[in-house]
Amino acid sequence: MISLLRKMRKTGRVAEPAPEPAAGDTVPAAAELGGSVQIRHIDAGSCNGCEVEIASAFGPVYDAERYGARLVASPRHADALLVTGPVTRNMEVALRRTHEAVPEPRLVIALGDCARDCGVFAGAYGVAGAVKDVLPVDAEVPGCPPKPEAIVEALRGLTGR
Amino acid sequence: MNAAGASLLSALGLCLVSALAGATAPRRVRPLLAGLGTACAGAAAAAAGVAALAGQSWSAWLPGVLPLAGARLALDPLGGMFVAVTGAVAVCAAVYGIGYAKHGVDGRVTQATLPLFLGAMLLVPVAASVSTLLVAWELMAVTSLLLVLAEHARRPAVAEAGLWYAVMTHLGFAAIVAGMAGFAAGAAGESFEQLRAATLSPAVRDAVFVATLAGFASKAGIVPLHVWLARAHPEAPSPVSALMSAAMVNMGVYGIVRVGLDLLRGGPSWWWLVVLAMGALSALFGILQAAVASDLKRLLGYSTTENMGLVLIGVGAAGFFASCGDKELAGLALVAALLHVVNHAGFKTLLFLAAGSVLRATGTRDLDALGGLRGRMPYTTALFAVGALAASALPPGNGFVSEWLLLQSLIHALPTSGVAGAVTMPPAVGVIALSAGLAIATFVKAFGVGFLARARTPAAGRAAESPPTMICGMALAAACCVALALAPAAVLPALSHLVAVLLPGHEAVGGVVTLRLADVQGTMSPLLIAAALAVAAALLLGSVRLVARRARRPARLWDCGAGPMTPRMEYTATSFAEPLQRVFDNVLAPESDLAVTPTKESAYLVESIHYRARIPDRIERRLYDPVLAAAASIGRGATRLANGSIHRYLAYGFYALTGVLLVLAVVW
Amino acid sequence: MTGLVGAVAQVVVVAVGSPLLVGLMRKIRARLEGRVGAGVLQTWRDLRKLCRKEAISPHGTGWVFRMAPLVLAGTALVVASVVPLVTTQSPMDGVADLFAVAALLALGSVALALGGLDTGTAFGGMGASREVTLLALVEPTILLSVFALSVRVGSTNLGEIVTAAVHDPMAVISPVSLLAAVALGVVTIAETGRIPVDNPSTHLELTMIHEAMVLEYAGPDLALIEWASGMRLFVLLGLLAGLFAPWGIATAGAGPVAVVLALVVLVFKVAVLGAGLAAGEVFMAKLRLFRIPELLAGSFMLALLAVAASYFLA
Ligand code: SF4
Repeated sequence: MISLLRKMRKTGRVAEPAPEPAAGDTVPAAAELGGSVQIRHIDAGSCNGCEVEIASAFGPVYDAERYGARLVASPRHADALLVTGPVTRNMEVALRRTHEAVPEPRLVIALGDCARDCGVFAGAYGVAGAVKDVLPVDAEVPGCPPKPEAIVEALRGLTGR
Repeated sequence: MNAAGASLLSALGLCLVSALAGATAPRRVRPLLAGLGTACAGAAAAAAGVAALAGQSWSAWLPGVLPLAGARLALDPLGGMFVAVTGAVAVCAAVYGIGYAKHGVDGRVTQATLPLFLGAMLLVPVAASVSTLLVAWELMAVTSLLLVLAEHARRPAVAEAGLWYAVMTHLGFAAIVAGMAGFAAGAAGESFEQLRAATLSPAVRDAVFVATLAGFASKAGIVPLHVWLARAHPEAPSPVSALMSAAMVNMGVYGIVRVGLDLLRGGPSWWWLVVLAMGALSALFGILQAAVASDLKRLLGYSTTENMGLVLIGVGAAGFFASCGDKELAGLALVAALLHVVNHAGFKTLLFLAAGSVLRATGTRDLDALGGLRGRMPYTTALFAVGALAASALPPGNGFVSEWLLLQSLIHALPTSGVAGAVTMPPAVGVIALSAGLAIATFVKAFGVGFLARARTPAAGRAAESPPTMICGMALAAACCVALALAPAAVLPALSHLVAVLLPGHEAVGGVVTLRLADVQGTMSPLLIAAALAVAAALLLGSVRLVARRARRPARLWDCGAGPMTPRMEYTATSFAEPLQRVFDNVLAPESDLAVTPTKESAYLVESIHYRARIPDRIERRLYDPVLAAAASIGRGATRLANGSIHRYLAYGFYALTGVLLVLAVVW
Repeated sequence: MTGLVGAVAQVVVVAVGSPLLVGLMRKIRARLEGRVGAGVLQTWRDLRKLCRKEAISPHGTGWVFRMAPLVLAGTALVVASVVPLVTTQSPMDGVADLFAVAALLALGSVALALGGLDTGTAFGGMGASREVTLLALVEPTILLSVFALSVRVGSTNLGEIVTAAVHDPMAVISPVSLLAAVALGVVTIAETGRIPVDNPSTHLELTMIHEAMVLEYAGPDLALIEWASGMRLFVLLGLLAGLFAPWGIATAGAGPVAVVLALVVLVFKVAVLGAGLAAGEVFMAKLRLFRIPELLAGSFMLALLAVAASYFLA
């Protein structure tokens, strides 16, 4: 316990200072949320590269939580769905149902090139389409995988902070 | 004759009339006539009991009714309380029984026996001599046994339960006979007045108390004499279960209080510590078994053992304090115990009747097969909820008030009752607390798994609400529970008064809206709690409505986006109780067996797996099974003596006769 | 009169302050983990947003599911109005009994457990089962600690216990108090679902207790539940502070200045305790479910010792 304490003191704050919010990037539909966005992440068929980046976006260095975003366990608690990967046929219905399970107002973020336009998986036999073919998308994060900075910036666009 | 006596006699008369109606009326109107008659008898008895509690006393000597000494009856406040409780339970059960009888219990024997059973139960607390008490006691045992066996043709388990009950109740009866006979032999006569005046040697007093305690405790379903209760109460038809579990078990408590505190005028503190220990053991063991039971009526039966255990903790504490000379605390503990008797009668009637309603509608008592009754049986569900709230001793239920009083009496004992108290009271409080906690788990399980969510079987999915008479019976019981919960002050003065007569002292509890304990600091206002909760909930509802911007929306259950969730995926009662079962593994000793059948082709491929888990009653396993096994083996050995040869039997007779003659010749 | 004003002020402080307490604890945790954290006000923002969202009634649920959040928050509110956090002169004296308070808190948990069961989902049932198991095991410790604390005063009325402690502050530093304090501390952690008993920020359904029951709640229902959990935490921490460090609480006949002072002291004490709890959590992992009974049995032993000590040392 003492060693842990010492380590804490030595490490101090890991989080990088918050960059200036990018102007004009806010999502109007998110205004009602008032600076608090709970996120349910859905892997609709990703290669898991995006997941690694999400984990680091919520990790100590980028600390997306400081802007009012938080990952939750149930879509009932969520305000936004964070969808990664192309929508595979197996996940299409599940994705729709998850969206249906989120109470209004609800947002959808398509994260990564796959989610935006099927990326490297475009045209594959198991792919039903991009996220926007299945659900109305409110925000997109390009990149394969997107950088944590980009993810954080998109989230800040929703929380407005 | 005063009002109390008149209504008591009319109650007994009505019992006889309804028995006659039950025996002779045609099947179509039989339940209605017998049920109405029994309900009227119950109401008259309740009136008699209330009059007795209010101070009217009545006594009678009917020389012709019983041979030798005749029947002696007397109605005093203590007996009156039990008469009132029994009468009130009978009203609910009888009204309910009118609708329930169509469910296969409208036979002549059952319909005629039920009023007789009520009459016998009314006679027990008004019996004022040893012989009257014993006759009434046996009548109660026999009639209830007949009622337990009512459905024997339909379920084989009934016959087994009846056998257990018959044996246990008669062993108990034998103990009571021995105790009371010994008592009467040492006194100038057999009427209770003479018993009160008797001066016995301490050894005889001890023997009398221990023998009667064993007998009465077995009727109250106290561990380790409870084994019949968890079998007989579930197997009886539900109105009978209610009468047995809410009224008959009380007679055990009545007996202990009457003999121990009234006739023997208290005793050494070890008597009462024994009572307290038995109560604590029962409370804990009963509720543990209830917590892991998945048969709804068996669960309720074990909960009866628990509640009688709590009552005996109170009675034991009262006797103990009295023997230490602390009359005030003794009064408080006894008031708490008696109030718990009343409360338990209220909610247990309700719960057993509601369980019967479920059984009628679905044909099963197995919680693992129920569920989803909320929508199909709204009244039964709501009424069961009232009973479950009371049984889990949470405010604003009525069980909370009596448990609070009980705890108050125990915790105030520490400074005054010496080392024995200091050693006993903390564990007793711990036991009450643990049993209260487990009771919460038990009734959350019973209500949540049995009634909420979705039906686990098609039978539960087809359930339909019970007929109005049954709902009416349950609603009466629920109304009593609510009244007792909100205004315990309606009965507490009467109970305090009766206790003040029994253990000379002043009244232990006062106050109308806020209960105030007379001799120790303590205030509690059940009404205020209920009102505050209602106001808070209304306030919250209003403010949520005010700030909410969107309407409520129905939606699919969250099933992780996958296919529909089937009822098979719901938590069952067994799985609900599994953590508790694991925590109390050492006490419960659950049994399970796993049979894996491999396919013919290979030992590594599995054809089927059978898993069976059950939680036996451990006391029955350890205490009764060896005795029964020994009896059975002796019986088998004895069959070798009787091989069917007449010659041999004649030889036995010859040897026996000469043996006796020889002994006489030598001894004389 | 001061009693009424104090009680109202206390309810307001608890109601407003409890989300701030939760926010503070999250912030402290974040800082110790090297993060920045979302700020103390974030919990209030979450609640405001939840109130604006729609509530959802899943198919197959009924009045039990709907009423559970109201009952949970209602009990928390009633408890917040009777415990002597600011003043010992509660206008609802008949409810200010430690047994009644414990039972009211249990009632709230039961309501939520039934709400979880009413959904008929596996997780709802699992959470309910675990919650009531813990509840059953916590109860003996609570009542025995109450017993130990009541012996010196001769009453289980909270106001009287705290008044006695205010008038005789040295008695707080006795073996009885210390043992009871540790026992009640463990109970507080278990009741409020903190580490090591439960993890309030877990995302894994299989490790959940409290969270598993509320998986189906959305919008204002969820806001009520979260707010009520915060209030329970605030009240229990405040109660712990009041029982074992009663300095500053306004007793009978105190003026308005004393009430204001008591409010400030209360906020300070609860903030310190909450900060300590949050910091402690960083050093611990959640216990396996079937190790928790051992922890609770340990606290039960401490409570029993406290009662024994209260008799033999008195
Ligand atoms: S965008 Fe790239 S990293 Fe993300 S899922 Fe698609 S292929 Fe993987």
